[in-house]
Parts: sequence; structure tokens; C-alpha cells
Amino acid sequence: MKIRQTRYLTQMVAKILIWIAAFFTMAVMALIIFQVLSEGLPVLSPGFFLETPRSMGREGGILSPIIGTIALTVVAIIVATPLGIGTAIFLWEYTREGRISRIIRFGIGCLAGVPSIIFGLFGFVFFVIYLNMGWSILSGGLALAAMILPTVICTTEEALKAIPYSFREVSYSLGGTKWQTVTRAVLPNALPGIFTGIILGICRSIEETAVVILTAGSSLIIPTSLFSPVRTMSVHFYILAREGISMEMAYGTGATLIILVLLVNTIANWLLNRYIRHRA
Amino acid sequence: MFKENKITIKDFSFYYQSIQALRDISLDIRPQEIFVIFGPARSGKTTLLKSLNRLTDLIFGTTHTGTIFLDGLDIYDPKISLTHLRRRVGMVFDLPTPLPLSIFDNVAYGPKLKGTIQKRRLNEIVEKALRSAVLWEEVKDRLHASALRLSGGQQQRLCIARILALEPEVLLLDEPCSGLDPISTASIEETLNQLKKEYTIILIPHNVQQASRVADRAAFFLNGELIEEGPVYKMFTRPRDKRTEDYVTGKFG
Repeated sequence: MKIRQTRYLTQMVAKILIWIAAFFTMAVMALIIFQVLSEGLPVLSPGFFLETPRSMGREGGILSPIIGTIALTVVAIIVATPLGIGTAIFLWEYTREGRISRIIRFGIGCLAGVPSIIFGLFGFVFFVIYLNMGWSILSGGLALAAMILPTVICTTEEALKAIPYSFREVSYSLGGTKWQTVTRAVLPNALPGIFTGIILGICRSIEETAVVILTAGSSLIIPTSLFSPVRTMSVHFYILAREGISMEMAYGTGATLIILVLLVNTIANWLLNRYIRHRA
Repeated sequence: MFKENKITIKDFSFYYQSIQALRDISLDIRPQEIFVIFGPARSGKTTLLKSLNRLTDLIFGTTHTGTIFLDGLDIYDPKISLTHLRRRVGMVFDLPTPLPLSIFDNVAYGPKLKGTIQKRRLNEIVEKALRSAVLWEEVKDRLHASALRLSGGQQQRLCIARILALEPEVLLLDEPCSGLDPISTASIEETLNQLKKEYTIILIPHNVQQASRVADRAAFFLNGELIEEGPVYKMFTRPRDKRTEDYVTGKFG
């Protein structure tokens, strides 16, 4: 009788604690989104998206920061995706667990733990100054690529690990070469996992502030080439809020940022489900 | 001596790191027969089978001594093309392993790797392979459905068809019926009897009864050693070795 009561009690307490944990997580998330959207949504209008900022961002819209954000993210993904997937394939398919792979993995682990401002500083010293690219889309995109590389590598490797060994064995036994086996039996099945990693990378690039402010500058002019300086939405938000230019516009930018990230995730999920359904 | 034998295994020993899995195996396998390798678990059967198309190469830290000839050709010759060898010596694994593709794409996987891309040619190959594996009638209306939706027995016959699409000379089957019910098993055994006319088949049965049902000749393995080989009726009625007798009569195993 007693044991049964204690067991019942444990059960109840555990249930309550877990509910509380989940509730607080959801509450914090909802609060942030609610606060930014409630302050920012009234600012949004077609003009807000289609006009460039005027008088430091006090008036006008945020067209150039939107273009800057997208341009930097695209460069970062174009650079980081092949490098990251290639590294992961090298680590998991082409090398045996040994000293070299351990050193590389250790390096990736360290890279993942480096604060983003350090990537910014590195990008500033190496791309902006040493390679003389100046504050530009290219410098910023490359620094962001370096920042998201560990994410892409780790998620891709996890996706590769999840592919059963039998797929590879079957492909080899049917006369496949290593490359054929990787590209036809392994990668198509690992694609959903790899895709998730790329989406994580995209979202981190969109949101990143510290790296971008040091490598891409904060110009409000619409960029014309890879070597133009740009300002991203997160940097725009930071400058507007920090220098007290316009809280209203800052919240408008924040709301746009959140909507963009939600949009990217939704579209990504939709594409992913379509791909999985198509193959199954 | 090579002329009449399809495969000649000569003084073949195999090691995983320092563990010896096969001891001085010498064995001849003739064309157009079903040769059965049987014995208790961990007796080296699968290792021998995977050595025949060098799938053992995928495992790290393996070494061997002695060699294996296929039509008089040393398959451990460094100049040999591994992909070509594996097309000539096809393997079916103990569990059905369809790739998560359509039925058609599973069968066409090997030919596509070889560089066959014309749609009409692929259609012919796939139909012929599925017919040989006695699966065509069951799947001809849903070739583009996922192979994962087939039953276990159908999946295993699909795996056989997938190998046949490459028109190999030797078929290696590692307990192909281990996960299957008696009806699927019977249909696979029937398939093997059909295939025997054109292919050399080496089979690891999942039990002694299957060995006696399908085999022409057999070899009994124990702890990596070849204990006895010969025509199957002889091994089951008048085994030369006491250990073979104990095993086939069920005293251990």
C-alpha cells in the first residue's frame, strides 16, 4: 500500500515538473515573439519593405538591410554548404577513425564553441584588412560561412551516420565504386538531415549581428556588387535601438526579422515533407 | 584443373585483426550447381562467402593467405577490377536489403552504375531480372511503388532480381530465407532451382533441412575449418566425419 502511494506521488511530481519546464520554455518564446510583433507589426507597411532608410533610419523603410541580409546569407550558404558537406563525407565515408579525423573533429568542436564576435574579429583582420576585401558582402559572407561551418558539418555527419551500413554494402556488392555508393546510396537518403543543417545555418546567418557589424560594415546604400558594404537587419536593429535613433523602426525591423526566420523554417519544412513523401 | 571448376579456393586463411576466421580452406565449386556451405554459427561461412567477391575488403584490419580463382583468374590479383568482380559474383544478404527506392530503381541500380541509361534497355533488363526471380507477375503493375512496401519474401526476391540484372556468373546467398516464413522460403527455393540452370549458386542455408532440400554438393564448416565436402546425399546419409554426422543428426548446432 505504502509503496504504491509513493510511486503514485513520484509519478505526479514528475509530471508536474515536466509540464512546468515545457510551459516556461513556451512562455518565454511566446513572450519574446509577442512583444516584438506587437510593437513592430503596426510599423509594417508595403512602403516599409520597399523604401530605403532615410535620415539614418528614422524615416523610410528597410529595403537595403533586407537586401543586405539576403545577400550575406546567400554568400555564406553557397560557401559553407559544399565545404561542410564535403568535410562530413570525408570524415565519415573516406577516413577511418584515426588521428587525422580526431584532430579535425576536435577543431570543428572548438570552432562551434567560439563566440561569434571572434569570427567577426577574424573576418575583419583576415578578409577585410589582410585580403583587402574591405567591408563588403564578400567579407561578411565568408566570415558567416566560417561561423556556420561547424553546424553544417555536424548535422551532415549525423545524417550520414544514420544511414544503415547495409545500403553501402549493397551498393558495393552491385559493382558500385566508392563515389557512386556515396552519391547514389548514401546522400539521397541523408538529404533531409543535411537540409536541416543548412536551414539552421541560414537562420543563424540571418540573425547574426556581431560577425556582420565587423565585416560587412553598416552602409545604408543598396549594394551593387559583392564588394559593396551592406547593413543587415539585425545590425540595423542594433544601431537604431542602441543609438536611440528610432525604437519604432527598430521594432519594425525586429518583427520583419522574426517573420523572415519563421518563413524560412516553414518553407523548409514544407519542402522537406514533400521530398520525404515523394521518396517513400 | 581450372577449366571445369568455376571457383577454386586454394589454401585460403582469413583473419580479422588477430582472430583467425578461416583455416586453410581448399574447395572447388563447379558451374551450374547449388553448392551449400553449412555449419553452426561463427564457423566462417559468411566470411568465405564475402571473400568470394571481396566484400571483406570493406572491413578494416582483415588479412588473408592463400587465394581464390574465378575461372582460373586470381581474384586477389592487385590488377583486378573490384567493380567488375562484384558484377560477376553477386551477393544476396541474410536480411532483405532493398534500397529505399522504387521496385524499378532497385533492380536498375546495378545496370545504372555500369553506365546503362537508355530507358528501353533498362526496361528490358528489369523485366527479365524480375521474371528470373519469379517476382514479375506480382509487381508488374506497380514497378514505381516503393520497394519497402513489398513483403519480406518479395523483398528478398527483389534483391535476387537486383543481382540478376547484372547478369552475374556466380550467385552468393547468405541465409536468404532466415527472416522468411515457410511459403516465402519455398518460393525462393523454387527460384533457386530455376536459376541453377544458368548460374553457379553458393548458398548458406538457414538450417540443415534446407541444405538437404536444395543442394547438389555441400561443405560442412566448423570453427573456420572445412570438415567435409561432397555430394549432399552422401553427407546426409553416410558422412565420413563424426562431427558432420553429429551436426546433421542434430546432436549439436
